[in-house]
Amino acid sequence: MRLTIPVAASNQSILAIRLRRRAGTALTITLFLLPSLVLYVAFVLLPVVQAAHYSLFKWNGLGSLDDYIGLKNYQTLFHDPIFLQALKNNFIIALLSLVLQLPAAIVLALLLNRRVPGRTFFRTVFFLPYVLAPVVTALIWSFIYNPSNGLIAGLFRQFNPQGIPPAFLANQHTVLYAIFAAITWQFFGFHLVLYMAGLQNIPDELVDAARVDGANSWQVARYITLPLLGSTIRLSAFLSILGSLQYFDLIYVMTNGGPVNASEVMATYQIHYGLREFRLGYGSAVGVVMFGLCFLFALLYQRLIMRQDLTGQSAL
Amino acid sequence: MRISVNRQRLSLPAFAVCCVVASIVLIPLLATVLGGLRTNGELLIAPFSIPKALHWENYGKILELDSPFWPALLNSVLILVGTVGLLLVTASPAAFVLARISFPGREVIFNIFLFGLLFPATVAVLPLYITIRQLGLLDNLWGVILPQIAFGFPTTILILRNFFRAIPQELEDAAIVDGASRLIFFLRILLPLARPAIAAVSILATVGSWNSFLLPLLVLTDQSKWTLPLAVTQFQQQFSTDWASILAFITLAMIPAVFAYLLAERQIVAGLTAGAVKG
Repeated sequence: MRLTIPVAASNQSILAIRLRRRAGTALTITLFLLPSLVLYVAFVLLPVVQAAHYSLFKWNGLGSLDDYIGLKNYQTLFHDPIFLQALKNNFIIALLSLVLQLPAAIVLALLLNRRVPGRTFFRTVFFLPYVLAPVVTALIWSFIYNPSNGLIAGLFRQFNPQGIPPAFLANQHTVLYAIFAAITWQFFGFHLVLYMAGLQNIPDELVDAARVDGANSWQVARYITLPLLGSTIRLSAFLSILGSLQYFDLIYVMTNGGPVNASEVMATYQIHYGLREFRLGYGSAVGVVMFGLCFLFALLYQRLIMRQDLTGQSAL
Repeated sequence: MRISVNRQRLSLPAFAVCCVVASIVLIPLLATVLGGLRTNGELLIAPFSIPKALHWENYGKILELDSPFWPALLNSVLILVGTVGLLLVTASPAAFVLARISFPGREVIFNIFLFGLLFPATVAVLPLYITIRQLGLLDNLWGVILPQIAFGFPTTILILRNFFRAIPQELEDAAIVDGASRLIFFLRILLPLARPAIAAVSILATVGSWNSFLLPLLVLTDQSKWTLPLAVTQFQQQFSTDWASILAFITLAMIPAVFAYLLAERQIVAGLTAGAVKG
Protein backbone atom coordinates (compact mmCIF):
# COMPACT_ATOMS: atom_id res chain seq x y z
CA MET A 1 0.00 0.00 0.00
CA ARG A 2 1.26 3.47 -0.79
CA LEU A 3 0.63 6.39 1.40
CA THR A 4 0.00 9.47 -0.66
CA ILE A 5 0.71 12.74 0.96
CA PRO A 6 -0.56 15.71 -0.99
CA VAL A 7 2.45 17.89 -0.24
CA ALA A 8 1.46 21.01 -2.10
CA ALA A 9 -1.99 21.16 -0.64
CA SER A 10 -0.86 20.40 2.89
CA ASN A 11 1.30 23.46 3.43
CA GLN A 12 -1.60 25.80 3.02
CA SER A 13 -4.13 23.79 4.88
CA ILE A 14 -1.73 23.21 7.76
CA LEU A 15 -1.22 26.94 7.97
CA ALA A 16 -4.96 27.48 7.98
CA ILE A 17 -5.44 24.82 10.60
CA ARG A 18 -2.71 26.34 12.72
CA LEU A 19 -4.20 29.80 12.48
CA ARG A 20 -7.62 28.49 13.28
CA ARG A 21 -6.21 26.52 16.19
CA ARG A 22 -4.34 29.54 17.48
CA ALA A 23 -7.49 31.64 17.30
CA GLY A 24 -9.30 28.81 19.03
CA THR A 25 -6.67 28.75 21.76
CA ALA A 26 -6.93 32.48 22.29
CA LEU A 27 -10.69 32.14 22.52
CA THR A 28 -10.37 29.29 25.02
CA ILE A 29 -7.96 31.28 27.15
CA THR A 30 -10.25 34.29 27.17
CA LEU A 31 -13.46 32.41 27.86
CA PHE A 32 -11.88 30.24 30.54
CA LEU A 33 -10.11 33.04 32.39
CA LEU A 34 -12.45 35.96 32.01
CA PRO A 35 -15.22 35.11 34.51
CA SER A 36 -12.83 34.46 37.37
CA LEU A 37 -10.62 37.43 36.53
CA VAL A 38 -13.59 39.81 36.40
CA LEU A 39 -14.95 38.62 39.75
CA TYR A 40 -11.51 38.63 41.32
CA VAL A 41 -10.68 42.14 40.17
CA ALA A 42 -14.09 43.53 41.13
CA PHE A 43 -14.35 42.00 44.60
CA VAL A 44 -10.76 41.45 45.75
CA LEU A 45 -8.26 43.70 44.00
CA LEU A 46 -10.38 46.78 43.46
CA PRO A 47 -11.54 47.01 47.11
CA VAL A 48 -7.92 46.92 48.27
CA VAL A 49 -7.04 49.80 45.94
CA GLN A 50 -10.22 51.64 46.95
CA ALA A 51 -9.36 51.22 50.63
CA ALA A 52 -6.08 53.01 50.01
CA HIS A 53 -7.96 55.71 48.09
CA TYR A 54 -10.81 56.19 50.60
CA SER A 55 -8.34 56.32 53.47
CA LEU A 56 -7.15 59.71 52.26
CA PHE A 57 -10.60 61.26 52.60
CA LYS A 58 -12.98 62.26 55.32
CA TRP A 59 -16.05 60.44 54.10
CA ASN A 60 -19.28 59.23 55.65
CA GLY A 61 -19.79 56.69 52.89
CA LEU A 62 -22.90 58.37 51.50
CA GLY A 63 -22.08 61.79 50.04
CA SER A 64 -19.50 62.53 47.39
CA LEU A 65 -15.88 61.71 48.01
CA ASP A 66 -14.41 65.22 47.97
CA ASP A 67 -12.99 66.05 51.40
CA TYR A 68 -9.35 65.13 50.80
CA ILE A 69 -7.38 65.20 54.05
CA GLY A 70 -4.13 63.45 53.09
CA LEU A 71 -2.73 61.18 55.76
CA LYS A 72 -4.75 62.71 58.58
CA ASN A 73 -6.78 59.54 59.12
CA TYR A 74 -3.57 57.64 59.77
CA GLN A 75 -2.39 60.33 62.15
CA THR A 76 -5.61 60.15 64.12
CA LEU A 77 -5.45 56.37 64.06
CA PHE A 78 -1.98 56.08 65.53
CA HIS A 79 -2.81 58.63 68.21
CA ASP A 80 -5.97 56.84 69.28
CA PRO A 81 -5.26 54.83 72.44
CA ILE A 82 -8.15 52.51 71.58
CA PHE A 83 -6.61 51.58 68.25
CA LEU A 84 -3.21 51.11 69.85
CA GLN A 85 -4.89 48.86 72.41
CA ALA A 86 -6.53 46.91 69.57
CA LEU A 87 -3.19 46.55 67.81
CA LYS A 88 -1.60 45.39 71.05
CA ASN A 89 -4.39 42.86 71.57
CA ASN A 90 -3.77 41.40 68.11
CA PHE A 91 -0.12 40.96 69.03
CA ILE A 92 -0.93 39.45 72.42
CA ILE A 93 -3.20 36.89 70.77
CA ALA A 94 -0.51 36.08 68.20
CA LEU A 95 2.11 35.72 70.91
CA LEU A 96 -0.08 33.56 73.15
CA SER A 97 -0.85 31.32 70.18
CA LEU A 98 2.84 30.89 69.49
CA VAL A 99 3.92 30.13 73.04
CA LEU A 100 0.88 28.18 74.28
CA GLN A 101 -1.36 26.89 71.52
CA LEU A 102 1.25 25.60 69.09
CA PRO A 103 3.49 23.88 71.69
CA ALA A 104 0.40 22.24 73.17
CA ALA A 105 -0.56 21.00 69.71
CA ILE A 106 2.95 19.67 69.13
CA VAL A 107 2.99 17.82 72.46
CA LEU A 108 -0.41 16.28 71.77
CA ALA A 109 0.68 15.26 68.28
CA LEU A 110 3.78 13.60 69.73
CA LEU A 111 1.62 11.79 72.29
CA LEU A 112 -0.83 10.64 69.64
CA ASN A 113 2.08 9.46 67.55
CA ARG A 114 2.72 6.78 70.18
CA ARG A 115 0.64 3.69 70.65
CA VAL A 116 -2.34 5.33 72.31
CA PRO A 117 -5.59 3.41 72.54
CA GLY A 118 -8.36 5.27 70.72
CA ARG A 119 -5.94 7.29 68.61
CA THR A 120 -8.38 7.94 65.75
CA PHE A 121 -11.14 8.80 68.21
CA PHE A 122 -8.96 11.44 69.83
CA ARG A 123 -8.00 12.91 66.50
CA THR A 124 -11.66 13.14 65.51
CA VAL A 125 -12.54 14.87 68.79
CA PHE A 126 -9.62 17.30 68.74
CA PHE A 127 -10.34 18.46 65.20
CA LEU A 128 -14.10 18.75 65.74
CA PRO A 129 -14.20 22.36 67.06
CA TYR A 130 -12.36 23.54 63.95
CA VAL A 131 -15.33 22.73 61.70
CA LEU A 132 -17.75 24.74 63.87
CA ALA A 133 -18.52 28.32 62.96
CA PRO A 134 -16.48 30.78 65.04
CA VAL A 135 -19.84 32.32 65.89
CA VAL A 136 -21.02 29.03 67.40
CA THR A 137 -17.78 28.73 69.37
CA ALA A 138 -18.24 32.27 70.60
CA LEU A 139 -21.77 31.57 71.82
CA ILE A 140 -20.83 28.29 73.49
CA TRP A 141 -18.05 30.05 75.36
CA SER A 142 -20.27 32.97 76.24
CA PHE A 143 -22.46 30.38 77.92
CA ILE A 144 -19.49 28.82 79.70
CA TYR A 145 -18.37 32.19 81.05
CA ASN A 146 -21.86 33.55 81.77
CA PRO A 147 -21.73 34.64 85.42
CA SER A 148 -25.38 33.95 86.22
CA ASN A 149 -26.18 30.58 84.64
CA GLY A 150 -23.03 29.57 82.83
CA LEU A 151 -20.95 26.45 83.22
CA ILE A 152 -18.12 27.99 85.26
CA ALA A 153 -20.59 29.81 87.47
CA GLY A 154 -22.36 26.49 88.09
CA LEU A 155 -19.11 24.80 89.02
CA PHE A 156 -18.23 27.72 91.26
CA ARG A 157 -21.53 27.48 93.14
CA GLN A 158 -21.01 23.79 93.82
CA PHE A 159 -18.06 24.70 96.01
CA ASN A 160 -19.04 28.13 97.20
CA PRO A 161 -22.82 28.55 97.19
CA GLN A 162 -22.67 32.02 98.79
CA GLY A 163 -19.90 33.55 96.65
CA ILE A 164 -20.26 35.61 93.50
CA PRO A 165 -19.06 33.67 90.45
CA PRO A 166 -16.30 35.32 88.42
CA ALA A 167 -17.28 37.16 85.25
CA PHE A 168 -14.23 36.65 83.08
CA LEU A 169 -15.67 38.41 80.05
CA ALA A 170 -16.75 41.47 82.03
CA ASN A 171 -13.35 42.00 83.59
CA GLN A 172 -10.90 44.14 81.63
CA HIS A 173 -7.94 42.18 82.91
CA THR A 174 -9.20 38.69 82.14
CA VAL A 175 -11.30 39.21 79.03
CA LEU A 176 -8.52 38.75 76.47
CA TYR A 177 -7.29 35.54 78.10
CA ALA A 178 -10.83 34.21 78.36
CA ILE A 179 -11.23 34.84 74.63
CA PHE A 180 -7.88 33.24 73.96
CA ALA A 181 -9.07 30.06 75.71
CA ALA A 182 -11.99 29.90 73.27
CA ILE A 183 -9.67 30.55 70.33
CA THR A 184 -7.37 27.74 71.46
CA TRP A 185 -10.34 25.40 71.94
CA GLN A 186 -11.38 26.01 68.36
CA PHE A 187 -8.05 26.02 66.55
CA PHE A 188 -5.55 23.75 68.32
CA GLY A 189 -6.95 20.66 66.56
CA PHE A 190 -6.13 22.16 63.18
CA HIS A 191 -2.49 22.61 64.10
CA LEU A 192 -2.47 19.18 65.72
CA VAL A 193 -3.55 17.57 62.45
CA LEU A 194 -0.85 19.47 60.57
CA TYR A 195 1.75 18.18 63.04
CA MET A 196 0.44 14.62 62.92
CA ALA A 197 0.77 14.68 59.13
CA GLY A 198 4.29 16.06 59.50
CA LEU A 199 5.24 13.36 61.99
CA GLN A 200 4.05 10.67 59.63
CA ASN A 201 6.63 11.81 57.11
CA ILE A 202 9.49 11.16 59.52
CA PRO A 203 10.93 7.71 58.75
CA ASP A 204 10.70 5.23 61.64
CA GLU A 205 14.24 4.12 60.85
CA LEU A 206 15.65 7.44 62.07
CA VAL A 207 13.90 7.17 65.41
CA ASP A 208 14.87 3.50 65.73
CA ALA A 209 18.51 4.28 64.96
CA ALA A 210 18.59 6.97 67.64
CA ARG A 211 17.02 4.55 70.11
CA VAL A 212 19.61 1.92 69.31
CA ASP A 213 22.26 4.54 69.98
CA GLY A 214 20.78 4.98 73.43
CA ALA A 215 18.72 8.18 73.05
CA ASN A 216 15.80 8.59 75.45
CA SER A 217 12.35 9.87 74.46
CA TRP A 218 13.22 13.48 75.20
CA GLN A 219 16.42 13.29 73.18
CA VAL A 220 14.62 11.69 70.26
CA ALA A 221 12.04 14.48 70.32
CA ARG A 222 14.65 17.22 70.72
CA TYR A 223 17.22 16.06 68.17
CA ILE A 224 15.27 13.99 65.65
CA THR A 225 11.54 14.73 65.65
CA LEU A 226 11.38 18.49 66.22
CA PRO A 227 14.10 19.42 63.68
CA LEU A 228 12.46 17.21 61.07
CA LEU A 229 9.11 18.77 61.93
CA GLY A 230 10.63 22.20 61.29
CA SER A 231 8.85 23.02 58.05
CA THR A 232 5.47 22.08 59.54
CA ILE A 233 6.13 24.21 62.62
CA ARG A 234 7.11 27.17 60.46
CA LEU A 235 3.96 26.77 58.38
CA SER A 236 1.69 26.42 61.40
CA ALA A 237 3.24 29.47 63.08
CA PHE A 238 2.75 31.43 59.86
CA LEU A 239 -0.93 30.54 59.63
CA SER A 240 -1.44 31.18 63.31
CA ILE A 241 0.07 34.68 63.24
CA LEU A 242 -1.69 35.65 60.02
CA GLY A 243 -4.94 34.42 61.59
CA SER A 244 -4.28 36.37 64.79
CA LEU A 245 -4.01 39.62 62.86
CA GLN A 246 -7.53 39.27 61.48
CA TYR A 247 -9.70 37.78 64.23
CA PHE A 248 -13.19 39.16 64.08
CA ASP A 249 -16.15 36.76 64.45
CA LEU A 250 -15.28 35.26 67.79
CA ILE A 251 -14.50 38.53 69.55
CA TYR A 252 -17.33 40.48 67.97
CA VAL A 253 -19.85 37.95 69.24
CA MET A 254 -18.32 37.23 72.64
CA THR A 255 -17.57 40.75 73.87
CA ASN A 256 -18.07 43.16 70.98
CA GLY A 257 -14.63 44.53 71.85
CA GLY A 258 -15.61 45.35 75.43
CA PRO A 259 -15.58 45.88 78.32
CA VAL A 260 -14.24 49.41 77.77
CA ASN A 261 -12.43 48.35 74.58
CA ALA A 262 -10.31 45.87 76.54
CA SER A 263 -10.79 43.15 73.92
CA GLU A 264 -10.90 45.36 70.84
CA VAL A 265 -8.82 44.08 67.91
CA MET A 266 -8.12 45.80 64.60
CA ALA A 267 -10.98 44.09 62.76
CA THR A 268 -13.61 44.97 65.39
CA TYR A 269 -12.20 48.51 65.66
CA GLN A 270 -12.62 48.88 61.90
CA ILE A 271 -16.31 47.97 62.11
CA HIS A 272 -17.03 49.97 65.28
CA TYR A 273 -15.21 53.21 64.48
CA GLY A 274 -15.38 53.01 60.69
CA LEU A 275 -18.65 51.56 59.50
CA ARG A 276 -20.92 52.00 62.52
CA GLU A 277 -19.90 55.64 62.97
CA PHE A 278 -20.12 56.40 59.25
CA ARG A 279 -16.40 57.16 59.00
CA LEU A 280 -15.65 55.09 55.92
CA GLY A 281 -12.42 56.92 55.15
CA TYR A 282 -11.14 56.34 58.66
CA GLY A 283 -12.24 52.69 58.67
CA SER A 284 -10.51 52.19 55.33
CA ALA A 285 -7.30 53.49 56.88
CA VAL A 286 -7.62 50.72 59.50
CA GLY A 287 -8.03 48.23 56.65
CA VAL A 288 -4.92 49.56 54.93
CA VAL A 289 -2.91 49.23 58.13
CA MET A 290 -4.12 45.64 58.53
CA PHE A 291 -3.28 44.95 54.91
CA GLY A 292 0.17 46.43 55.34
CA LEU A 293 0.87 44.37 58.44
CA CYS A 294 -0.37 41.10 56.90
CA PHE A 295 1.44 41.75 53.64
CA LEU A 296 4.70 42.78 55.26
CA PHE A 297 4.58 39.87 57.66
CA ALA A 298 3.77 37.33 54.93
CA LEU A 299 6.52 38.64 52.69
CA LEU A 300 9.20 38.83 55.38
CA TYR A 301 8.24 35.49 56.88
CA GLN A 302 8.37 33.72 53.54
CA ARG A 303 11.64 35.40 52.58
CA LEU A 304 13.42 34.91 55.88
CA ILE A 305 11.90 31.95 57.66
CA MET A 306 10.14 29.74 55.15
CA ARG A 307 12.75 30.21 52.45
CA GLN A 308 14.26 26.77 52.88
CA ASP A 309 10.80 25.15 52.72
CA LEU A 310 9.63 26.93 49.60
CA THR A 311 12.61 26.06 47.48
CA GLY A 312 11.91 22.36 47.92
CA GLN A 313 8.56 20.73 47.59
CA SER A 314 5.54 21.89 49.56
CA ALA A 315 5.81 22.18 53.30
CA LEU A 316 4.39 18.77 54.08
CA MET B 1 7.46 -3.05 57.92
CA ARG B 2 6.38 -1.04 60.89
CA ILE B 3 7.98 -3.02 63.67
CA SER B 4 8.77 0.02 65.74
CA VAL B 5 5.12 0.87 66.32
CA ASN B 6 4.34 -2.62 67.54
CA ARG B 7 7.40 -2.74 69.69
CA GLN B 8 6.32 0.37 71.58
CA ARG B 9 4.45 -0.24 74.78
CA LEU B 10 0.94 1.11 75.11
CA SER B 11 1.42 4.58 76.48
CA LEU B 12 -0.92 5.11 79.40
CA PRO B 13 0.24 8.60 80.46
CA ALA B 14 -0.30 9.74 76.87
CA PHE B 15 -3.74 8.17 76.99
CA ALA B 16 -4.56 10.00 80.23
CA VAL B 17 -3.50 13.37 78.79
CA CYS B 18 -5.57 12.74 75.67
CA CYS B 19 -8.60 11.89 77.80
CA VAL B 20 -8.28 15.16 79.72
CA VAL B 21 -7.98 17.21 76.52
CA ALA B 22 -10.85 15.31 74.91
CA SER B 23 -13.10 16.12 77.85
CA ILE B 24 -12.13 19.80 77.63
CA VAL B 25 -13.25 19.68 74.00
CA LEU B 26 -16.41 17.66 74.56
CA ILE B 27 -17.81 19.04 77.83
CA PRO B 28 -18.69 22.47 76.37
CA LEU B 29 -20.41 20.76 73.45
CA LEU B 30 -22.34 18.32 75.64
CA ALA B 31 -23.28 21.08 78.06
CA THR B 32 -24.66 23.06 75.12
CA VAL B 33 -26.71 20.18 73.73
CA LEU B 34 -28.01 19.17 77.16
CA GLY B 35 -28.54 22.78 78.20
CA GLY B 36 -31.08 23.05 75.42
CA LEU B 37 -33.03 20.29 77.16
CA ARG B 38 -33.28 22.05 80.51
CA THR B 39 -35.33 24.88 81.87
CA ASN B 40 -33.60 28.13 82.73
CA GLY B 41 -34.09 27.37 86.42
CA GLU B 42 -32.25 24.07 86.10
CA LEU B 43 -29.45 25.78 84.21
CA LEU B 44 -29.03 28.16 87.11
CA ILE B 45 -28.89 25.44 89.76
CA ALA B 46 -27.10 22.51 88.18
CA PRO B 47 -25.68 23.06 84.71
CA PHE B 48 -23.51 19.94 85.01
CA SER B 49 -26.03 17.33 86.10
CA ILE B 50 -27.81 14.93 83.77
CA PRO B 51 -31.20 16.57 83.12
CA LYS B 52 -33.97 14.84 85.10
CA ALA B 53 -36.68 15.50 82.59
CA LEU B 54 -35.96 16.38 78.99
CA HIS B 55 -37.49 19.70 78.03
CA TRP B 56 -37.88 19.35 74.31
CA GLU B 57 -39.97 22.53 74.22
CA ASN B 58 -36.83 24.67 73.79
CA TYR B 59 -35.98 22.80 70.63
CA GLY B 60 -39.64 22.76 69.63
CA LYS B 61 -39.82 26.53 69.93
CA ILE B 62 -36.84 27.01 67.59
CA LEU B 63 -38.20 24.49 65.10
CA GLU B 64 -41.64 26.08 64.85
CA LEU B 65 -42.55 27.03 61.32
CA ASP B 66 -42.50 30.77 61.92
CA SER B 67 -39.21 30.78 63.82
CA PRO B 68 -36.18 32.53 62.25
CA PHE B 69 -34.40 29.17 62.11
CA TRP B 70 -35.90 27.88 58.85
CA PRO B 71 -35.36 30.93 56.60
CA ALA B 72 -31.84 31.24 58.00
CA LEU B 73 -31.14 27.59 57.22
CA LEU B 74 -32.46 28.09 53.69
CA ASN B 75 -30.39 31.24 53.15
CA SER B 76 -27.26 29.52 54.42
CA VAL B 77 -27.87 26.60 52.05
CA LEU B 78 -28.56 28.89 49.07
CA ILE B 79 -25.40 30.91 49.69
CA LEU B 80 -23.41 27.71 50.13
CA VAL B 81 -24.68 26.15 46.90
CA GLY B 82 -24.20 29.37 44.95
CA THR B 83 -20.70 29.95 46.30
CA VAL B 84 -19.34 26.44 45.88
CA GLY B 85 -21.08 25.73 42.57
CA LEU B 86 -20.04 28.94 40.84
CA LEU B 87 -16.58 28.84 42.36
CA LEU B 88 -15.97 25.43 40.80
CA VAL B 89 -17.50 26.44 37.48
CA THR B 90 -15.34 29.58 37.20
CA ALA B 91 -12.13 28.50 38.94
CA SER B 92 -11.55 25.13 37.29
CA PRO B 93 -11.42 26.45 33.68
CA ALA B 94 -9.14 29.24 34.88
CA ALA B 95 -6.88 26.74 36.64
CA PHE B 96 -6.90 24.58 33.48
CA VAL B 97 -5.73 27.45 31.29
CA LEU B 98 -3.12 28.52 33.85
CA ALA B 99 -1.86 24.96 34.15
CA ARG B 100 -1.83 23.56 30.65
CA ILE B 101 -1.85 26.27 27.98
CA SER B 102 1.24 28.38 27.68
CA PHE B 103 0.71 31.94 26.58
CA PRO B 104 2.46 35.24 27.30
CA GLY B 105 1.45 36.74 30.64
CA ARG B 106 0.30 33.45 32.12
CA GLU B 107 2.59 33.62 35.14
CA VAL B 108 1.63 37.24 35.72
CA ILE B 109 -2.06 36.36 35.87
CA PHE B 110 -1.35 33.40 38.10
CA ASN B 111 0.67 35.58 40.48
CA ILE B 112 -2.11 38.14 40.60
CA PHE B 113 -4.39 35.37 41.83
CA LEU B 114 -1.78 34.24 44.36
CA PHE B 115 -1.52 37.80 45.66
CA GLY B 116 -4.89 37.23 47.32
CA LEU B 117 -3.32 34.65 49.63
CA LEU B 118 -1.36 37.33 51.41
CA PHE B 119 -4.23 39.19 53.03
CA PRO B 120 -7.67 38.34 54.44
CA ALA B 121 -11.00 39.63 53.18
CA THR B 122 -11.29 41.69 56.38
CA VAL B 123 -8.83 44.34 55.19
CA ALA B 124 -10.96 45.46 52.26
CA VAL B 125 -14.36 44.85 53.73
CA LEU B 126 -15.48 48.50 53.90
CA PRO B 127 -14.79 49.30 50.21
CA LEU B 128 -16.27 45.89 49.41
CA TYR B 129 -19.40 46.96 51.27
CA ILE B 130 -19.53 50.17 49.21
CA THR B 131 -19.09 48.20 45.97
CA ILE B 132 -21.89 45.82 46.92
CA ARG B 133 -24.10 48.78 47.76
CA GLN B 134 -23.32 50.44 44.42
CA LEU B 135 -24.27 47.23 42.65
CA GLY B 136 -27.57 47.27 44.52
CA LEU B 137 -26.82 43.93 46.13
CA LEU B 138 -27.34 44.87 49.80
CA ASP B 139 -29.86 42.51 51.38
CA ASN B 140 -29.39 40.23 48.42
CA LEU B 141 -27.81 36.79 48.74
CA TRP B 142 -25.71 37.51 45.61
CA GLY B 143 -24.04 40.28 47.57
CA VAL B 144 -22.52 37.56 49.76
CA ILE B 145 -22.07 34.87 47.10
CA LEU B 146 -20.08 36.88 44.56
CA PRO B 147 -17.41 38.23 46.96
CA GLN B 148 -17.11 34.80 48.59
CA ILE B 149 -16.41 33.25 45.19
CA ALA B 150 -13.85 35.96 44.47
CA PHE B 151 -12.05 35.40 47.76
CA GLY B 152 -12.10 31.67 47.12
CA PHE B 153 -10.09 31.96 43.89
CA PRO B 154 -6.53 32.14 45.25
CA THR B 155 -6.56 28.83 47.13
CA THR B 156 -8.91 27.07 44.71
CA ILE B 157 -6.95 28.00 41.60
CA LEU B 158 -3.65 27.19 43.29
CA ILE B 159 -4.74 23.71 44.37
CA LEU B 160 -6.46 22.87 41.07
CA ARG B 161 -3.60 24.20 38.97
CA ASN B 162 -1.06 22.12 40.86
CA PHE B 163 -3.22 19.06 40.31
CA PHE B 164 -3.84 19.75 36.61
CA ARG B 165 -0.14 20.26 36.01
CA ALA B 166 0.71 16.90 37.52
CA ILE B 167 -1.33 15.06 34.87
CA PRO B 168 1.07 13.87 32.14
CA GLN B 169 1.10 15.62 28.78
CA GLU B 170 1.00 12.19 27.03
CA LEU B 171 -2.57 11.80 28.20
CA GLU B 172 -3.57 15.06 26.56
CA ASP B 173 -1.67 14.18 23.36
CA ALA B 174 -3.38 10.78 23.23
CA ALA B 175 -6.78 12.39 23.66
CA ILE B 176 -6.04 14.94 20.93
CA VAL B 177 -4.84 12.16 18.56
CA ASP B 178 -8.08 10.34 19.25
CA GLY B 179 -9.88 13.41 18.00
CA ALA B 180 -10.85 15.06 21.27
CA SER B 181 -10.83 18.83 21.40
CA ARG B 182 -9.24 20.67 24.30
CA LEU B 183 -12.66 21.29 25.78
CA ILE B 184 -13.53 17.59 25.63
CA PHE B 185 -10.18 16.70 27.18
CA PHE B 186 -10.81 19.17 30.00
CA LEU B 187 -14.39 18.09 30.68
CA ARG B 188 -14.19 14.35 30.06
CA ILE B 189 -10.69 13.45 31.17
CA LEU B 190 -9.07 16.11 33.32
CA LEU B 191 -11.99 17.00 35.59
CA PRO B 192 -12.87 13.38 36.47
CA LEU B 193 -9.20 12.70 37.22
CA ALA B 194 -9.06 15.76 39.45
CA ARG B 195 -11.86 14.54 41.71
CA PRO B 196 -9.73 14.50 44.90
CA ALA B 197 -8.55 18.06 44.30
CA ILE B 198 -12.09 19.18 43.48
CA ALA B 199 -13.33 17.53 46.66
CA ALA B 200 -10.67 19.35 48.67
CA VAL B 201 -11.47 22.79 47.29
CA SER B 202 -15.22 22.18 47.59
CA ILE B 203 -14.87 21.26 51.25
CA LEU B 204 -12.74 24.30 51.90
CA ALA B 205 -15.29 26.57 50.24
CA THR B 206 -18.23 24.80 51.88
CA VAL B 207 -16.91 25.20 55.41
CA GLY B 208 -15.86 28.78 54.70
CA SER B 209 -19.26 29.73 53.33
CA TRP B 210 -21.27 27.90 55.98
CA ASN B 211 -19.34 29.57 58.81
CA SER B 212 -18.88 33.00 57.25
CA PHE B 213 -20.03 35.91 59.40
CA LEU B 214 -18.46 39.30 58.69
CA LEU B 215 -19.63 39.65 55.09
CA PRO B 216 -23.22 38.52 55.76
CA LEU B 217 -23.25 40.78 58.83
CA LEU B 218 -22.54 43.82 56.66
CA VAL B 219 -24.54 42.86 53.57
CA LEU B 220 -27.65 41.19 54.99
CA THR B 221 -29.44 43.49 57.41
CA ASP B 222 -32.99 42.38 56.66
CA GLN B 223 -34.08 39.58 58.97
CA SER B 224 -35.54 37.53 56.12
CA LYS B 225 -32.08 37.35 54.52
CA TRP B 226 -30.13 36.30 57.60
CA THR B 227 -27.92 33.22 57.47
CA LEU B 228 -27.63 30.78 60.38
CA PRO B 229 -24.60 32.45 62.03
CA LEU B 230 -26.42 35.79 61.85
CA ALA B 231 -29.72 34.40 63.10
CA VAL B 232 -28.18 32.61 66.05
CA THR B 233 -26.24 35.68 67.22
CA GLN B 234 -29.27 37.92 66.79
CA PHE B 235 -31.35 35.42 68.73
CA GLN B 236 -28.84 35.46 71.55
CA GLN B 237 -28.91 39.25 71.71
CA GLN B 238 -32.67 39.37 71.61
CA PHE B 239 -33.32 36.70 74.26
CA SER B 240 -30.13 37.25 76.23
CA THR B 241 -31.49 35.77 79.46
CA ASP B 242 -33.28 32.76 77.99
CA TRP B 243 -30.16 30.61 77.79
CA ALA B 244 -32.06 27.34 77.50
CA SER B 245 -33.56 28.46 74.18
CA ILE B 246 -30.27 30.00 73.05
CA LEU B 247 -28.48 26.71 73.69
CA ALA B 248 -31.14 24.85 71.74
CA PHE B 249 -30.65 27.26 68.83
CA ILE B 250 -26.84 26.90 69.00
CA THR B 251 -27.19 23.12 68.99
CA LEU B 252 -29.47 23.15 65.95
CA ALA B 253 -27.11 25.55 64.19
CA MET B 254 -24.10 23.30 64.70
CA ILE B 255 -25.76 19.96 63.92
CA PRO B 256 -25.23 20.11 60.12
CA ALA B 257 -21.50 20.80 60.47
CA VAL B 258 -21.00 18.13 63.13
CA PHE B 259 -22.89 15.49 61.15
CA ALA B 260 -21.07 16.29 57.93
CA TYR B 261 -17.81 16.04 59.84
CA LEU B 262 -18.61 12.68 61.40
CA LEU B 263 -19.78 11.28 58.05
CA ALA B 264 -16.83 12.44 55.97
CA GLU B 265 -14.11 13.17 58.51
CA ARG B 266 -11.23 11.96 56.37
CA GLN B 267 -12.19 14.09 53.36
CA ILE B 268 -12.98 17.13 55.49
CA VAL B 269 -9.70 17.02 57.39
CA ALA B 270 -7.80 16.51 54.14
CA GLY B 271 -9.67 19.34 52.42
CA LEU B 272 -9.27 21.85 55.23
CA THR B 273 -5.58 21.17 55.71
CA ALA B 274 -4.92 21.09 51.95
CA GLY B 275 -5.83 24.77 51.89
CA ALA B 276 -3.18 25.47 54.49
CA VAL B 277 -0.47 23.31 53.03
CA LYS B 278 -0.80 24.47 49.47
CA GLY B 279 -1.28 28.06 50.52
